[in-house]
Amino acid sequence: MFDESRPIFQQVADKICDDIMSGATAEGDQVPSTNEFALFYRINPATAGKGLNLLVDRGILFKKRGIGMFVAAGAREKLRAERENAFINTQIAGFVSGAKELGIDLETIQRLIAQEYRR
Amino acid sequence: MTAQPAAIEVKNLGRSFGTTRALHDVTFTVPHGAICGLLGSNGAGKTTAMAIITGQDRPGSGEVVIEGMTPFESDAVSEIISFVRDNQRYPDDFRLHHILRVAPLFHRDWDSQFAERLAALFGLPKRTLVKKYSRGQLSALAIVIGLASRAPITVFDEPYLGLDIVARERFYEELLADQAAHPRTFLISTHLVEEMEQIFDQVVVLNNGKVVLDASAEDLHGQATEVTGKYAELTEFIAQLPVLRLRKVGSLASAIIRPGLTSAQMEEARQRGLSTAPVALHDLIAAFGNTYSPDADSEADSRGSQE
Repeated sequence: MFDESRPIFQQVADKICDDIMSGATAEGDQVPSTNEFALFYRINPATAGKGLNLLVDRGILFKKRGIGMFVAAGAREKLRAERENAFINTQIAGFVSGAKELGIDLETIQRLIAQEYRR
Repeated sequence: MTAQPAAIEVKNLGRSFGTTRALHDVTFTVPHGAICGLLGSNGAGKTTAMAIITGQDRPGSGEVVIEGMTPFESDAVSEIISFVRDNQRYPDDFRLHHILRVAPLFHRDWDSQFAERLAALFGLPKRTLVKKYSRGQLSALAIVIGLASRAPITVFDEPYLGLDIVARERFYEELLADQAAHPRTFLISTHLVEEMEQIFDQVVVLNNGKVVLDASAEDLHGQATEVTGKYAELTEFIAQLPVLRLRKVGSLASAIIRPGLTSAQMEEARQRGLSTAPVALHDLIAAFGNTYSPDADSEADSRGSQE
């Protein structure tokens, strides 16, 4: 369920964000509690809690005292903007570098991208 | 304001058996409510350390402090600790119900209902004499006792021996569920690092009686880096680095570097055509057991070079 690539709490946070982006979890929905996450994924509760708190700090989730954690209004747009940023800064650079390594020129790449968009 | 004592404090602990140094200057602290994994190869000193921590043996040098008290021959500490060891023996004529009736006498916070539910969950036979229990059933019994004890400090020494994957998963789930409802301090030794590492708050690794790693779960991630590539290129790159282990098969090689590489070093590795990756905890522990010596030129670790 989790791999070595990044700290587990980060992967917990990312899973929740993936669900928000896909619409599986809507704004205003309650997300599972720390203990529920811990039990379900068989991870330490403190680790699960850290992932959730990370999202609270980022304004993606908020706590309703005594009830649980919910997806904040505007969370989806916030995430989209964050991911767009990350996409531009890392994916595009990586993509271009990979293309250059293969000797694919700019014109060809542009043509291929346009083709893909039209599908 | 005086500081609260930690649940378990081990300070410069040493223990020898004849000429064998089982533990050497072992120091670590387990805070309240932590699930702490005690890891390391066979013979690393885990069971010796646990016996002293639980008051069944005394330190040779140094000290162990449990909730501010010394555990050896202490009734006060016995009440709050549960340790069912690997070779636990029970009276010859005991069946399951005898044990469940006697256990509350040894454990102040024993929960009978919890014990009954766990015994049923693990399918412990009621009519069989406990002395006839299989390895797996004995482990399950130890788990039932340890969990139902609700002991503020619960110690498990390789609790999974003989348990199949289904039983082991039940153990992890019951442990985590109970920890959520009734937090306590756990100290658990295991060889099944991959299975259990995600439930630990803290990990202490022993090797040859010494602490080689003591880290919280969140700090484990960057402890070491594995660098892989062509042997010639790799040996140049690692020349000045703290190498824990070097593996070589023909011209392929990988090195585990600890502490882990900086991003600048990782970039340099990449530019040399080497790849880098984080090191999983179980690989790190295996590395401790096979440490690198530059003089040996990794002869011991070479395979397949004569084809």
